[in-house]
Amino acid sequence: MIRQFGPSDILFIIEAVRWTLLLSAIAFIGGAIGGLFVALARSSGSKALRRISAGFIRIFQGTPLLMQLFLFYFGLTVLNLPINPLLAAAIALTFHASAYLGEIWRGSIEAVPSGQTEAATALSLSYRDRMQHVVLPQAARIAVAPTVGFLVQLIKGTSLTSIIGFTELTRAGQIVNNATFDPFVVFGLVAAIYFIICWPLSLYARRLEGRMRLAFTR
Amino acid sequence: MYHFNFTPVFENFDLLLYGAWLTIRLSFAAMILGLIVSVLGAAARTSHSKVLHAIVGAYVEIIRNTPFLVQIFFLYFGLPAIGISLDPNVAALIALVINVGAYGTEITRAGIESVPNGQIEAGRALGLGPIQIFRYVILKPALRNVYPAMTSQFIYLMLTSSVVSTISANDLASIGADLNAKTFASFEIYLVVTGIYLVLSLLFSGLFKLIQNAVFNYPASR
Repeated sequence: MIRQFGPSDILFIIEAVRWTLLLSAIAFIGGAIGGLFVALARSSGSKALRRISAGFIRIFQGTPLLMQLFLFYFGLTVLNLPINPLLAAAIALTFHASAYLGEIWRGSIEAVPSGQTEAATALSLSYRDRMQHVVLPQAARIAVAPTVGFLVQLIKGTSLTSIIGFTELTRAGQIVNNATFDPFVVFGLVAAIYFIICWPLSLYARRLEGRMRLAFTR
Repeated sequence: MYHFNFTPVFENFDLLLYGAWLTIRLSFAAMILGLIVSVLGAAARTSHSKVLHAIVGAYVEIIRNTPFLVQIFFLYFGLPAIGISLDPNVAALIALVINVGAYGTEITRAGIESVPNGQIEAGRALGLGPIQIFRYVILKPALRNVYPAMTSQFIYLMLTSSVVSTISANDLASIGADLNAKTFASFEIYLVVTGIYLVLSLLFSGLFKLIQNAVFNYPASR
């Protein structure tokens, strides 16, 4: 039975936004922790660590997020765990974000002039102190703009979790569309909501980028 | 203990290779058309017409701030509601071109803005017409400057193209999905399909390096 698209449908779609936001937050926080380790490994003195982290980045940047979601989703069965779309989505997106943030932050760490590391080493600071007090604070300033840019990509990426059956914004749109068959309005609304979430972040990233460019032009 | 079963994957490996070919074809078509859209978009974005500027700006912002999955749903399911019905493969190609065109417009625009003004003035002083100036003095150096950004966007496009399987367009991911529905060896199938995508992205990045050496193989200005 096809019914009219109404206020309750709009409410249902808007309520699903929290799952999109929650999943984005989990993946971003998990990815930030993972990404920090990947970036440190990628710019470390150990050849083995650099190789492993480079391989990790290549695999996750060289394969589709959709396939990564499928692999983690069906991978739960391989490990004899019950199928759980939220868990699979959270793990897959965390790995995905770790690879991308790791690569972004590696670039930021390497952008810090090597004289800084050399000076810190000359002062006999330990690796931990060198990173924590000298390199990372300067790298962080460079990293903010591309990190916010990646956050937009991550939020959009959560829409793919609808395909493994996690009910976030896009899946809520599909459910409403199946009942009302008004795809033009439903997916238009869903797109508009993503736009409202992502556009301010994109503008913010661009403003930071412009400011950064000024700071580095001499 | 889970029992791995790769037999269905290897029995149907030719099918998966055919899927890889479909993905290459689709991505390649989307790259060429997307590059054309990008150049036209960037030309409009750097032109003096305020209307063109606003239209292309809105296009770029809307596409870059909404998920590809929603874009393709809107195109494939939404447009028939206003009387435009598309074959899934055509819808997939159009959606990919529209998507990569928006990113490519921004990348090309950045490249155009990186071309020094003196170079354009030099072209004018040599008596070149506006189209010649755009083609030889602006566009080629612009694309050279942004080549790495553009090609990584193209590789990302190839990976994104797996999403077209959701509207049952023909590509590697949809062949994987068909095989999964027939054999239920889900993890094994997607493991191999993911591996094929990884090989494809390595192939594309090798190919882009060859193209770079062939097309932009002249000394830098400074």
